Amino acid sequence: MSALLEVTDLKTHYASGGTTIRALDGVSFTLAEGEVLGIVGESGCGKSTLGRTILRLVEPTSGSIRFQGEDITRLGRRAMIQRRRQMQVVFQDPFGSLNPRHRVGEIVVEPLEVHGIGDRRSRAARVAELLALVGLPADAAGRYPHEFSGGQRQRIAIARALVLEPKLLIADEPVSALDVSIQSQIINLLAELRVRLGLAMLFISHDLSVIRHVSDRIAVMYLGRIVEIATTAEIFDNPAHPYTRALLSAVPHTDPARRRERILLPGEMPDPAHPPGGCAFHTRCHHALPRCAVERPLLTLRPIDGGAAREVACHLIEGGKGRDV
Amino acid sequence: MSTAAILPPRRLIARTLGAPGAMAGSVILVVLVIGAVFASLLSPYDPNATRVCPRLAAPSLAHLFGCDLFGRDIFSRILHGAQLSLAVGLLTVAISLVAGTIFGMVIAFLGGRIDRIGVRMLDVMLGFPAIVLAILIVAVLGVGAFNAALAVGISGIPRIARVVRSATLTLVGREFVDSARAVGAGQTRILRRHLLPNLMPIVIVLGSLDLGTAILSTATLSFLGLGAQPPQAEWGAMLSAGREFMRYAPWTMIFPGLALFLAVMSVNLVGDRLSHILDPRASKHD
Amino acid sequence: MTDAPLLAVEGLSVAMGGVPVLEDVSFSIAPGETLGLVGESGCGKSVTALSIMRLLPDPPGRITAGRILFDGVDMTSLDIKALRAIRGDRIGMIFQEPMTSLNPVFTIGDQIGESLIVHRGLSGAAARAETARLLDLVGIPAAKKQLGRYPHELSGGQRQRVMIAIALACSPRLLIADEPTTALDVTVQAQILDLIGRLRVEFGMAVLLITHDLGVVAEFCDRVAVMYAGRLVEEAPSARLFANPRHRYTEALLHTMPAANPPGRKLPSISGAVPAPADRGAGCIFAPRCGFALPRCASELPPLTDPPHRLRCWNPAA
Repeated sequence: MSALLEVTDLKTHYASGGTTIRALDGVSFTLAEGEVLGIVGESGCGKSTLGRTILRLVEPTSGSIRFQGEDITRLGRRAMIQRRRQMQVVFQDPFGSLNPRHRVGEIVVEPLEVHGIGDRRSRAARVAELLALVGLPADAAGRYPHEFSGGQRQRIAIARALVLEPKLLIADEPVSALDVSIQSQIINLLAELRVRLGLAMLFISHDLSVIRHVSDRIAVMYLGRIVEIATTAEIFDNPAHPYTRALLSAVPHTDPARRRERILLPGEMPDPAHPPGGCAFHTRCHHALPRCAVERPLLTLRPIDGGAAREVACHLIEGGKGRDV
Repeated sequence: MSTAAILPPRRLIARTLGAPGAMAGSVILVVLVIGAVFASLLSPYDPNATRVCPRLAAPSLAHLFGCDLFGRDIFSRILHGAQLSLAVGLLTVAISLVAGTIFGMVIAFLGGRIDRIGVRMLDVMLGFPAIVLAILIVAVLGVGAFNAALAVGISGIPRIARVVRSATLTLVGREFVDSARAVGAGQTRILRRHLLPNLMPIVIVLGSLDLGTAILSTATLSFLGLGAQPPQAEWGAMLSAGREFMRYAPWTMIFPGLALFLAVMSVNLVGDRLSHILDPRASKHD
Repeated sequence: MTDAPLLAVEGLSVAMGGVPVLEDVSFSIAPGETLGLVGESGCGKSVTALSIMRLLPDPPGRITAGRILFDGVDMTSLDIKALRAIRGDRIGMIFQEPMTSLNPVFTIGDQIGESLIVHRGLSGAAARAETARLLDLVGIPAAKKQLGRYPHELSGGQRQRVMIAIALACSPRLLIADEPTTALDVTVQAQILDLIGRLRVEFGMAVLLITHDLGVVAEFCDRVAVMYAGRLVEEAPSARLFANPRHRYTEALLHTMPAANPPGRKLPSISGAVPAPADRGAGCIFAPRCGFALPRCASELPPLTDPPHRLRCWNPAA
């Protein structure tokens, strides 16, 4: 598989009230065509900033984003608008992400208008096709977003994102605002569309069970960095990074067989304006070594006991050659 | 955003008229507008013809509102004055709304340094009392009804721009704006198709609330001799002309004053109701 | 379970602006017991909590039928003064969003101390000492130094700890926790649930935990009551209910969860949506969405069966 998206040492820093918030602090990964990469982490870990930076809704501070082999990090506004045909986004909040004053038909057709694709007739046909694809009634086009439930609104947002037939869909917490019984409908829809349209996805979520269900590979983020990235099975069967292990153990399950021995982390995620030196996780890690406080571990391929070697950033796991700075 | 913000116009009008105050206001307003539009047909005399009656004659059947110093029929002058006063008021509001909305929306959307400079400019303008600013502008442009409208209109820009700017800031933070950028929409399209329609409820309310003030401010300028010039019939100018005879011919002030009062009050009644309906925080159980 | 329940809700019905939102809800909590109330948004679980505390805004909300017995006293018949004596003293409550439930202009020391001064009649100095002890108890380090801080200076998890300290200030016999961890991250949720669990044992208090998260209930509660569209549809001891859900709604809900399915497999889903309060028919409210509905389900309301596994279903799972 060739890389559709290649992100290298991406940093996004914001200035806020005299301090610098390091929302993204050196993230590298690749995403193959048709692959689903789950990005998981807790609030403040930078996962949403990552999605927005790749779309260039937020400008990166440094690093590079290559899409279909082309460096898009510093493309001008017009050139970037062209690239956006290939990369689309679905946001978390189905109430905030649709313009309340536009009819559903206008919302779904807008990308075609912006890119000057087709004429009135063919656009209307395409909108009808997409509404059917996402399971909305044909008469939805003439109605306003507030007439729909949360799940249906998320379907509208998906139709809008897919109308240009993108190669990459960034799904930023697409089911977090929905009730459990509605969640499953949207997850099924995304999974089905992925196969049907050969979509690659960056699936951003804080919900580990959802991430597990949809992703081929998973990247775990903590305080602006990826701490571990591996296939879904490897992450869940044999988590390597102490943070990954604590995160997995914290998820409550209805099935007693699925429960893991809970690892309670002390304290909370530090302020991204003042990240700790060394390994960002060392302040809460039960296994931290003196070295962890001073030296930042690199995200490198390391051999894992009883599992496949994988990229993980932890001094407790030895070996591997440096890949990032 | 409340559901009211996306009401179709017909429902909006129906809900506006649902309250007795707004209903009364609308009726008065309609009467005034009809009077203004058909002034030439409805007025019994030429408003500028002098000596159609004795100077300062008291109200009578022939001259409902009495006569002024030059023997002109006050009733006819008030009808024609409605034309000028309302037109000048509307023009004033149009100037502040269009300029204020564009200015506030654009600086908020572009953000950063442009926003900071824009806000500083608004602060400086707001530091001046609006009427003083208007007088300064008239001093530069010269007196006259049109210049008065321009002056009051310009002095109203910063207030509108501030409100629109903060409303835009909250809109820009909403995901549908990011969503528009993500599908490749350019800045003009986002401003025109996404921000402006969502700002319209606020702009309508601001405009309706400002119309009363605008009518009053332009009348004030005329009263001070800086607006409409004789022999033009304009309520503020009529008030000004009548003030010398307040003691023995009070009708020369009462009727223009009453017209002004009714116009401003009716506009405010309708404006209040509109803002109540369109304000997202207003209760839905009214 | 002991003979006398601490809290007994009997046939509670609530209407909002004349529309019934809660119908004939009954459950009880024994002293020291933990009951989970679960359901999706709009099922009436928060209305139930607010009704127990008599905090339901009236109008539009009104209790139309039923009793709420707390320690044998009917809360629905109490006047405002008697209610105030119970709220915050014998029943503590914590909410989902600790930022909005804390007053931004008072220090956390003042807010915890208030309850002690009002209910326990402590003096300022004694209240401060007790407040520091409470903060220590809920795991806020350097408690004495923290008393002067304001809510916005704390993280979400710390604010929820402060809310817990306020709720526990007077050692209540019942803690009502309405989505206490929904706004928190999963590792912080684990900390807070662990804290509530430990304090529950220490104080010997009962807990009514309201949440939409089935996993949280399964791990935290002795018993679970499942609500759907304003009715209690199933209630049983946790282990039993999650191992063997019998109401078709509970069963379907558990089956749709991604965690209950192999990765990548199509998830079973419940068709349609929860009906609005005004559109609820005469029979079982879940019937229109149920895959196992019988003809009678649409017209006849199934009765609630007896403990230990209560359910309202004409055609339950085996």
